[in-house]
Amino acid sequence: MIPREQITIPKGHWLARLPLIGGAIGVIGLAASFALASSNPRQFAFSWLLAFLFFASLAIGGLYFVLIHYATQAGWGIAVRRLAENMMGTIPLFALLFLPVIWQMRELFPWINALADGDDKLIAAKAPYLNTSFFLVRAVVYFAVWSGIALVFFRRSRAQDASGDPRISILLKRLSPPAIVALALTQTFATFDWVMSLDPHWYSTIFGVYWFAGSFVSTFAFLVLAIVVLQRAGLMKDVITLEHFHDLGKLLFAFTVFWAYIGFSQFFLIWYGNIPEETIFFRERLEGSWKAMSLLLAAGHFVIPFFFFMPRSIKRKPTLLALGAAWMLLMHLVDLTWLVMPAMHPHGVHFGLSDVAAFAAVGGLFTAVFGRLCAGSALIPVRDPRLSESLSFENV
Amino acid sequence: MAAYGVLAEYASPADLFRACERVREAGYTKWDAHTPFPVHGLDRAMGMRRSVLPWIILVVGLSAAAGGFLLQWWVHDKAYPLTISGKPHFAWPAYVPITFELGVLGGALAAVLGMFGLNQLPRHHHPLFEIPRFARFSDDRFFISIEAGDPRFDPTATRHFLEGSGATAVELVEEPA
Repeated sequence: MIPREQITIPKGHWLARLPLIGGAIGVIGLAASFALASSNPRQFAFSWLLAFLFFASLAIGGLYFVLIHYATQAGWGIAVRRLAENMMGTIPLFALLFLPVIWQMRELFPWINALADGDDKLIAAKAPYLNTSFFLVRAVVYFAVWSGIALVFFRRSRAQDASGDPRISILLKRLSPPAIVALALTQTFATFDWVMSLDPHWYSTIFGVYWFAGSFVSTFAFLVLAIVVLQRAGLMKDVITLEHFHDLGKLLFAFTVFWAYIGFSQFFLIWYGNIPEETIFFRERLEGSWKAMSLLLAAGHFVIPFFFFMPRSIKRKPTLLALGAAWMLLMHLVDLTWLVMPAMHPHGVHFGLSDVAAFAAVGGLFTAVFGRLCAGSALIPVRDPRLSESLSFENV
Repeated sequence: MAAYGVLAEYASPADLFRACERVREAGYTKWDAHTPFPVHGLDRAMGMRRSVLPWIILVVGLSAAAGGFLLQWWVHDKAYPLTISGKPHFAWPAYVPITFELGVLGGALAAVLGMFGLNQLPRHHHPLFEIPRFARFSDDRFFISIEAGDPRFDPTATRHFLEGSGATAVELVEEPA
């Protein structure tokens, strides 16, 4: 039996004050963002979208992690699952944080004005899909589906903490495959809507998978960091062993490679096909300082971590693994910047106060809700029927 | 007949585990444990070091990838420079899939063949199979074999040592003529 104080954040601990700390940072960020928005609403909109996408990838990635976990009946990660549940528990917050995107959607999405002008044939042809009302309906559907799935899994898992009822595990196992299909479809179209339509002429059918790959990498990175922070605070010490770090490290490594595979596949087909509407995406990103960023992305999001995460010994050293994980989170931010920002600053990388403010706003509120959820229950699903399997797990 | 080594039989994984620690502590290097199922932590009890196989795979995999890339560069840019769909002769993105696949192929072959090589497989026969009692290694008994080639091996001393390690039976294994 695990001692209670190992798996609950004690009252008065700084981790228990995360909602307050995060909330304060979030409110300051919000105030700064909206103050800056009045002078440059376009920059505000792009900075906000970037910060929104970065933290939403952790929430949606957490949802993927939990669903795949149930669908595959994985034993090793049950001790880690509650943290991922808390990540996905922040999804309703992102429905709120999406409101500024709707507020400034004319600044973000050029197809809205182009549609009104009516002289862009390519955009006119896409009008049945790319129009404001359908865009809003879809956003509502996305958040409804994600929040609905997240709520079901979140509530049942916590209910199991009290009852220990194994039927809950069986029910969630049955629900998870259709939920994954629903999530994958909505996430794909959400990335088409929110990122790809920043350049409405351009299209790439693999784009949703590309976004998922980056999101899943940062999910594992975030989990590693969260566990290292908790263990530094004296929690989860006998719960999360080197074996769990090893598995998280393996997945981090695997999805780093997967990201590169998908990213290259996208680039490769566009390069081969050489069709102007498609190549424009890479043309913009291979000029000026964006080219440097493209190279940084290739090296920093793939080549360097590929060799860094490869040895077994790295995956079994939490401090080094956490260092790599922090780097991958930074690279995910670079990746999203590279996706979003050329639409606003086509002539070169631009970084400003607005970006910091939006990052603080979204990040602070995400931290607040995540911290609140972590403090709200045990840090592991204490009465999951297969918990002991996870605790005694060993890599062969 | 030359001796292959000594074989000791144990009744349970726990007995085997303790015996392995004693053999390790006694400083033997050429020996092995035989169990009907994987015993967690036995590798540590035996003091086994990590295999060099990952390094073999890395070197062969990277060489195969580099070879694949060079081959394509030589063919398309040097030996037979043809313009294909308006691409430059050195069209590196087109080389990546084959480079990647050859890297994977090289790594996979190195893994399989390297594993066989390091395990000295395939071999048609092993002296241990001459011992009737050894057949139970795949059923319900646990064994340690210490080879005569070990520098610390001594036909009588090693035998006594194993007898005192909780073994239910110890016998000398002959190298077949």
